[in-house]
Formats: sequence, C-alpha cells, structure tokens
Amino acid sequence: MRFSMSSTQSPFNPPQRQPQSAMSLPQGSPVPRLPKERVFSWGRYPKTEHRHIYKPAWNDWIPGILEAAEQGSLLPFGMGRSYGDSCLNAGRDLVQCHRLNRILGFDESTGIVRCESGVSLSDVIDVFLPKGWFLPVTPGTRFVTVGGAIANDVHGKNHHCAGTFGAHVHQVALHRSDNGLMFCSSRENPEMLRATIGGLGLTGIIAWADVQLKRVAGPWINAQSIPFESLKTFLDLSHESNDLFEYTVAWIDCFSGRNARGIFFRGNHSPECQKKFHPKRGPKLPFELPGWILNRYSVRAFNTTYYTVQAARKRSGLVAYDSFFYPLDSIRQWNLLYGRRGFLQYQCVVPEKSLAAFEKLLDRIAHSGMGTFLAVLKQFGSAKPAGMLSFPRPGLTITFDFAMRGEQTLTLMRSLDEIVQESSGAIYPAKDARMSAAMFETSFPDWRDFVPYVDPKMSSSFWRRVTGAL
Amino acid sequence: MRNSVRSDSGDFVRTWLAASPPRKRKKVIVLGATSGIAMEVQRQLADRACELLLVARSPQHLASLQADLLVRGAPQVLIFPADLSSIPEHKGVFEFARREFADFDTVLLAYGSMHDQKDSETLIEVLLEELQVDFVSAAAILSLFAAELEHRHVGCIAAITSVAGDRGRRSNYVYGSAKGGLSLFLQGLRSRLHPAGVSVITVKPGPVQTPMTDGMPNASHFADPQEVARDIVRGLERGSPDVLYTPRIWRYIMLAVKWVPEIIFKRLPL
Repeated sequence: MRFSMSSTQSPFNPPQRQPQSAMSLPQGSPVPRLPKERVFSWGRYPKTEHRHIYKPAWNDWIPGILEAAEQGSLLPFGMGRSYGDSCLNAGRDLVQCHRLNRILGFDESTGIVRCESGVSLSDVIDVFLPKGWFLPVTPGTRFVTVGGAIANDVHGKNHHCAGTFGAHVHQVALHRSDNGLMFCSSRENPEMLRATIGGLGLTGIIAWADVQLKRVAGPWINAQSIPFESLKTFLDLSHESNDLFEYTVAWIDCFSGRNARGIFFRGNHSPECQKKFHPKRGPKLPFELPGWILNRYSVRAFNTTYYTVQAARKRSGLVAYDSFFYPLDSIRQWNLLYGRRGFLQYQCVVPEKSLAAFEKLLDRIAHSGMGTFLAVLKQFGSAKPAGMLSFPRPGLTITFDFAMRGEQTLTLMRSLDEIVQESSGAIYPAKDARMSAAMFETSFPDWRDFVPYVDPKMSSSFWRRVTGAL
Repeated sequence: MRNSVRSDSGDFVRTWLAASPPRKRKKVIVLGATSGIAMEVQRQLADRACELLLVARSPQHLASLQADLLVRGAPQVLIFPADLSSIPEHKGVFEFARREFADFDTVLLAYGSMHDQKDSETLIEVLLEELQVDFVSAAAILSLFAAELEHRHVGCIAAITSVAGDRGRRSNYVYGSAKGGLSLFLQGLRSRLHPAGVSVITVKPGPVQTPMTDGMPNASHFADPQEVARDIVRGLERGSPDVLYTPRIWRYIMLAVKWVPEIIFKRLPL
C-alpha cells in the first residue's frame, strides 16, 4: 500500500472505477479515463463527441496511455486552434497536452530552447522576448502549443524568407506506441522528423522539441500599411517588399472580387529597445453571438469601414509586436462571433502562374456574398518544405472565413475546391473540416509516402475522412 | 525590525504592529512542489525572482520543474526528493533546508490527496492514508518549520487546505475532516506564532482544475489554477489575510454554508 502524497502524482480516480485500482496504480501510470467532455476545434464545426480525454501532467504518464490504447484510437491535442477536424478524433480518445508545459532548457549562446509539447507560443514569447529572443516563425495567434505548431508545420508573415515553423525545429523526442521514446533530428531518424513536421499529430506524441529562436532588439516592429486596389498592385507590392521586409501580408475586402482592394502590411523588427512596452489584455467574448449578426450587409459595412479607415491612416510607424502579429488575439474567444453553428475557414494555395484561377476564386466568393471580414492574402516563398505533408508551397495563399450556414456553405466551398483543383493548388488541412479525398490527393499527391510513419495507435477524424483509414 | 515580546508596557502594541508591515519574501520552500496549484505558484514566484526549494516525491518531475523555473527567472532552484507523507523523512527535509537553503523565510505546504469518498468509507486503509497525508504528516512537518521561523522571528507559513474542511458533507467528509483538522491546526499555529511576527495563512481553494479533480462532474467549470496561484502569491507577499479563500467568492459561499442549521444540513444531499 502506498501513499499518494502529491495530487499530481496520484491521478484522481473517477467514481466509476473499481475500488482496488486506486491503490494499485503505480507511479507514472496513465491518467484514468475521464468521463465525457465536449471538445471543439476553433471553428466549432463539426461538433463531435469524444470517448475519453486524457490529460497527462507528466511525460512519463504517456507510455502507459499508449500501451493501454487500442489501435487507431488516440490523437494528441494542444489548444484546439486548428479550425476543422484535424485536431479531433470523433468517438475515440484525445490526449490533451496542455499540462506538459515545461521549458526544459535554453542555450543562451545558440538560442535553442527545449520545451515540452504543451508549452504555448505565448509562453515562449513571455519568457524569451524580455531576454531578446523571438519565435523564428509565428502564426496569426499566439495561443497554440509548440507541439501543434510542429504538427501543422505552421507558417507566418515571414514565410518568404524564413519558411515554416518546422524548418526551425532541430530535434524532436517522440513517444511512439511501437518504438518507445524516439529521438528525431537531421542526424537521427531524419525521415521520422520530416513526417512529424506537418504530420497532424499522427506520428506519435511529442515529448519535447528543440526550437531555434531568433535574436531581436525588442518588442517593436517598424510597420507600414499600404492600400491597394487591384490584384496586380498587390503582386507588385509583394514582389517589391519580399526582399526588403521580413514580414508581409495583406487583408482584402472579399466583396471586391478580382479587382481586389485591400491593405498591404509589411514590417521589420525595429532596433528600438528603449521605448516602454505594456502588454495589453483585451476583452473576451463571453458567449456565442446569434448567427444573424454576421450577414452580408453588416460584413460589407465592416469591410468598407475597415478599408477606408486603414487607407486614411498614417502609413508607417512603430507598432507593438502583439498588435502586428496577433490582432485577433486581442478579443479572446472571437470564434464565438459566428454563433452556435460555428464557421469554416478556407485556406488554399494557388501557383502564381494560374492567376486566372485565382481571380475566378475571388469572383466566386464575391458573388456568393458569404465571405466575411477575415480574408488574408500572402505570397509564399520558395523554401523547401520542412515536412512530408507541409502545406506551404510557392504561390499565392488566401484565407477566408465562412459562417456555417449548412449545405449552401459546403456547396460554395466545393465549387472553390474545383477551381483550386484545376490549377493544382492545395488546401490546408489545419483549416479544413470537409475536403474530399480527391481534393486531398491533389493537395498532397505523395501522401502515401507518409503512411508508414503513422503511429498504429494514432488516428484523427480528418485522417479517416481524407484517406479512408479505419 | 521585528521585536520579540518584552515585558515593558506597550509591547503588545509593538508586536501587533510588527506583524503587519508587508515585506518582500525571497526564499520559499514548497512542500509538494509537483501538485497542480504549487506548479503555478512556483512559476509566478520565479517570475518575481524568488529563490525556491522544491520538495516532492519524484526526482524526475522535480528535475524538469527545476529546469523550467530556472529558465523562467528564478535565481536559484534547489530540489529535494522526499515522500512527505512519511514522517521519518521530515527530518532530512528540514536539515537540508537549514543547511542548503539557510534564511528561508516562506514555507508553502501544497501537497494533499483526495480519494473516492466511497473507498474511504469501506476501506479503513484508505481512510487512514487520507488522514495521514492530509493532516498528520502536514501538521508534523509544519511544526518543524514553525519552530525554526518562530526562533528567527521572520517569515510566513502558508498551507493549502480546502473549502471542504469548513463543513462535513456526506459526499466528501473524510477529505473534508483531514483538511478541516489542518485548518484548525493552522489557526492555533497562527496565534502561537503571532508574537514572533510570523504570519500563518490558511489557503482554502474551491475546486480547481488540477489532476486531482480530473474526472469530477463539472470539472470544466472549476477555477483556473493560475488564478488561484495569483491569490496565493499575493498572500505570500503580504503575509495576509489569515484565511485566504480563493477564488474569493468561496468566502461568501462558505459563510452561507456554515450558517445552515445542522438539523437542515444533515438532510441535504451535498
């Protein structure tokens, strides 16, 4: 008989268990299965049920969880910022990694940080920005885990010069159900590293990862915003800026069609380090808004206002990193804006030579009137993909939000798929909740090369949908 | 700064005042450093550049906490693996603290265990274990550290008990009585250490989202450990209040719960 002294070392046992198991749980044993709890992805669509959610507090609980699991029953889960079902595992189990949030070491001379998979990028910034280090690549939200950033091989406004997040990961320790703890780097198991980067969590559970941070002077960005009124102007701006600016991205008014008007944002880290910086904490959307609030009139009015205000504003200046990189993070739980039915995000990339297809895409969305205020345009660079299933590739990428309105939304997105397919573009799995197996095949023609690296005990709703896996 | 009790007139007032000025604490011992709440408290203390001595059972877990807290800004983090539920090990912890972490000024007791109430009703071993971990061993180790701080006339002792200790309920009275016993113990200790200028804080959290409460019904509505840790750190810095309910709403909830007459309370399915 042993004492359970510290609560984290003695997982609480739910009421339905057998009396004896309480005393026989060895230290480091898996967390007991928890009763049902709803877990959604960021788009809150699809609404699925999970069987159990494991919440390991320590890495040494994971081998036990893996051992006890059935084939194809588990999926690691970070902060649920994937939009669709790539972070869901309907009817099966999730391993929520948010408690694995310890930074295990930092080498001041090289800027390499070793952290557990559940450490959030927000945490990395809070700890290291005051020391003069910043993330090599950051997505549009800071509320993702390092594990999630690797699993989706996220990209940012600096893709044209820095590539994806995965390109800055030196080493990963991976819990495998068939192989124990596996170290993957460019020297050891390099193929497993390439599979894990962008591997959607299917290659195993990341224990920790070594990530290369980059030196910055301070939290300030020298930013410029330039209005444009056609796709051609955007492309000229983008080509011109990519050599001179580390970060480039554009917002477009999705009601303007092929004569896309929008605002081009570009910036560099500023050498300014004296100016005082006060982090802001924005409001939180407390509940789901009714679905009708976002309609074509209100969104059109918003877009026009936003364009007019931005176009009239001062064009350049010093901006804090958080409002430059994470404007949406200033409203916590902004996804509730779309109401009970949630929303879908559509992010595709189209090769630059198929500009006609891209214009067709913009027209289709403008005519549908279903677009919303979030439409983001970016020119990807030609960096070699870091992972087997990495999404970024040379071309133009565009992101739209669509409130979920049932079949009409899905029909519109299917028609967009056709355009992307014709131009041999691709859809981003992290944003997707509905693409067909054929569309996935077009997006990732080599996906079968990835299959041997999938951990036999891992699966996801997304993976079963696009590959027909069991 | 802090006077001992002398027998001239006015010393009562002097000691009364001596206990009140808040003072920045720097060296903190955490007993049960791997508990969900303690880990958040430690991060916030590291952020404030406090030195830490972490005591818990698993050397591996302690090592990863040590690495984390050093990166997050703690100037010194010592670890000492020990099973605090076993009283013979207390001496080693205490000696280590005195030797390697001299001049510590704050002790936070954060360990505890909660078993299924049904088990503690049917299995006497479970009942005794719960009382041993949550009350007997806690009282024993706090006595060691209390004597040291009383002798040095400095510091603050805080221990995490629970709102469950405020009133016995049928669903949770074994855990509740152990924690309630600890609360009473702390109350007496506070009074004893007051003349020496040592403050004692009884931390009574409501249900918090930690591994200990995983699987309980409505666990997703429980308090965020970061929020609870914020209250505790503020308490440690100020050496007050004497009884810290966190989140604060629980002070009022428990006030109401304590006022229900027993004749009614015993009929409630709580």
